[in-house]
Amino acid sequence: MDAIILQILNGLDKGGAYALIALGLTLVFGTLGVVNFAHGALFMLGAFCAVTFNKILTLEKVTVDPTQLTPWGTPAEIKTSLVEAWLGEFGKVLVNYSVPVSIIAAIPVMLIIGIVMERGLIRHFYKRPHADQILVTFGLAIVIQEIIKHFYGANPIPQAAPAAFSGTAQVGMLLGMGDAIPYPWWRLIYLFFSLAVIGIVFAFLQFTTYGMVVRAGMRDRETVGLLGIDIERRFTVVFGIAAVVAGLAGVMYTPVLPPDYHMGMDFLVLSFVVVVVGGMGSLGGAVAAGFLLGILQSFASMNEIKSIIPGIDQIIIYLVAVVILLTMPRGLMGRKGVMED
Amino acid sequence: MFGNLSRQDWVMFLGFSAVVLLAPILFQPIGAAYPAILEKFCIFGLFAIGFNILFGLTGYLSFGHAAFLGIGSYAAVWSFKLFTMNVIPAIILSIIFAGIFAFVIGFVSLRRSGIYFSILTLAFAQMSYNMAYSVLTPLTNGETGLQLTLKDPRIVDAMFITPGTGLPRSTLFGLEISGGGLGGFYFTAAALIVGFYISMRIFRSPFGLMLKAIKSNQNRMRYTGFNTRPYLMAAFVISGIYAGLAGSLMAAVDPLAGPERMQWTASGEVVLMTILGGVGTLIGPVIGAAIIKYFENIFSGFNENALNSVFSFLPDTLRDPIVKLLSLFVGEGWSLTLGLVFMAIVIFLPGGIMEGVRLLTSLFKKGGNGNKPAVSGQTQPAE
Repeated sequence: MDAIILQILNGLDKGGAYALIALGLTLVFGTLGVVNFAHGALFMLGAFCAVTFNKILTLEKVTVDPTQLTPWGTPAEIKTSLVEAWLGEFGKVLVNYSVPVSIIAAIPVMLIIGIVMERGLIRHFYKRPHADQILVTFGLAIVIQEIIKHFYGANPIPQAAPAAFSGTAQVGMLLGMGDAIPYPWWRLIYLFFSLAVIGIVFAFLQFTTYGMVVRAGMRDRETVGLLGIDIERRFTVVFGIAAVVAGLAGVMYTPVLPPDYHMGMDFLVLSFVVVVVGGMGSLGGAVAAGFLLGILQSFASMNEIKSIIPGIDQIIIYLVAVVILLTMPRGLMGRKGVMED
Repeated sequence: MFGNLSRQDWVMFLGFSAVVLLAPILFQPIGAAYPAILEKFCIFGLFAIGFNILFGLTGYLSFGHAAFLGIGSYAAVWSFKLFTMNVIPAIILSIIFAGIFAFVIGFVSLRRSGIYFSILTLAFAQMSYNMAYSVLTPLTNGETGLQLTLKDPRIVDAMFITPGTGLPRSTLFGLEISGGGLGGFYFTAAALIVGFYISMRIFRSPFGLMLKAIKSNQNRMRYTGFNTRPYLMAAFVISGIYAGLAGSLMAAVDPLAGPERMQWTASGEVVLMTILGGVGTLIGPVIGAAIIKYFENIFSGFNENALNSVFSFLPDTLRDPIVKLLSLFVGEGWSLTLGLVFMAIVIFLPGGIMEGVRLLTSLFKKGGNGNKPAVSGQTQPAE
């Protein structure tokens, strides 16, 4: 029983990342009708927002102190963090919490990147075939990835979670089951964070007038346009929101997985599978499929299962995708008439 | 038998063969006349031709074609290890295996179309890649890749030849294929020419016409009573076999096979080659493959020192920023250039280089009024 709960939890945090990326992908597809292969790159850019923010916070001023000598006999270099020098104790706290704090920086950055991308490139591809959209965004993804590689190098850059959350949580205690189920705090936080973001996006679409217009536009953009609403502008904002969601997923994921330049591509392939399994254009489907596939993947990587079917953990997601696509042509919750061909 | 090829086709075919066969002389001025790179041109050209039979004719965008390339390579290396260093059995084995895999994957994937088809092929390719990387290590030797060893049985060879010292080279009845000689190039060139001829016959045949009809309006084809599935299956298997053949040639000129050949970036590369050259054209994919492999070779060889010497005629203040900027795009940054070119082609010239050539020639023929016939290629079905 413990093992099962642990595996479900393990799956949920990865599923959270899948769900967030898939949510953005679906949002873009549902509104703009564009298949965005560069969405993984947005996830990666978010992660590198956290890296950059951390770098800025830990900028150091190096002073040479001739009164102190290093063991090699040269004057000692004393490094003082600028942030700590200016802000004192608060600066230390800020460095410690750099990952969650960088969310504040990431939101405007990702929003701008998303809007520029939509205005600059994607909007010219609304009327082009899906194959062209796939190809141009694929090219864009390569470009973004290579630029990041040029500036940050090819190696993963580990980011630390805040010290208070770097330990493990005794989930069993929290659930009142007595038995200890050790589970990293940060991953638990990631799970709640992703649920919160998903909740906010759904609430925005469901309970605000703006969201209502967007939903109406997803159903029938011509009619909404005829009512005198500038639907294009709203869709641009939606693209920006999708970019922010992907970016936030990336920011918070950095302590779990040290970001490198190709993490976007790795997640994109899986997220596409998630979107297709959930059903093209269905937001709920994307979220459900994200968590479902995350959990399945973590169960498949249990040793007991691997000893029965070796290698199942490597292919389970794709296998599930193939089975679902063949038995349920529209995915789990796909609407009729969306991307039937 | 040769009825459905026009005189123009024959001229194109003969010209193509001549250029390919004379490549070691013709490509001398651009510094690409050594066998290693010419072999790459031929192999990737063949791969792209095969991909174009599926994507160019039927419009089904497969994102998992590298899987067949990898399977072809593994099959060929196993044939070298188990039976003989002769390349003919290796190629036959590769074709058989790639064909079987293409049949199975195609049977499942072709039940869906559009983006679902792309995702399904991608899923299968990633599955093959992941399995080659992990579970199938006894068969694929995992990350290291499958290589020849001195302890391989080589049953057939052992009966006739006493093994020399060192690793044997792949041969075609005595002619050395691997090892970087011209023999390897002419062998791949012959394969390319045969592959090109077959693809030309397919393009001009009623079968090819049927595939084009599926691309322009599959529903209408179904209404008129055609079952489109067998045609699509055939196209998929043929293009899978081309990929398998390319994979086996890759193993023939350099007998090793690794899982990275099956990764989805490799599938993306062949899509790129086809798009760059011109989707649905005969020669386009070969040109695209050659251009990409050529520039990959040139660009990734450049570094800052080389750039500095190229721009040495400029004053320092001007040279440094230029070198800094250009060094982004060469050497390690070659992928960046590739991505940018890819985007530019898709945005400005969706028909690829062949479309550009056609626009230019019609511009000269009709004196500035040449844009019109180029558009007529994409007719909208009347509703």
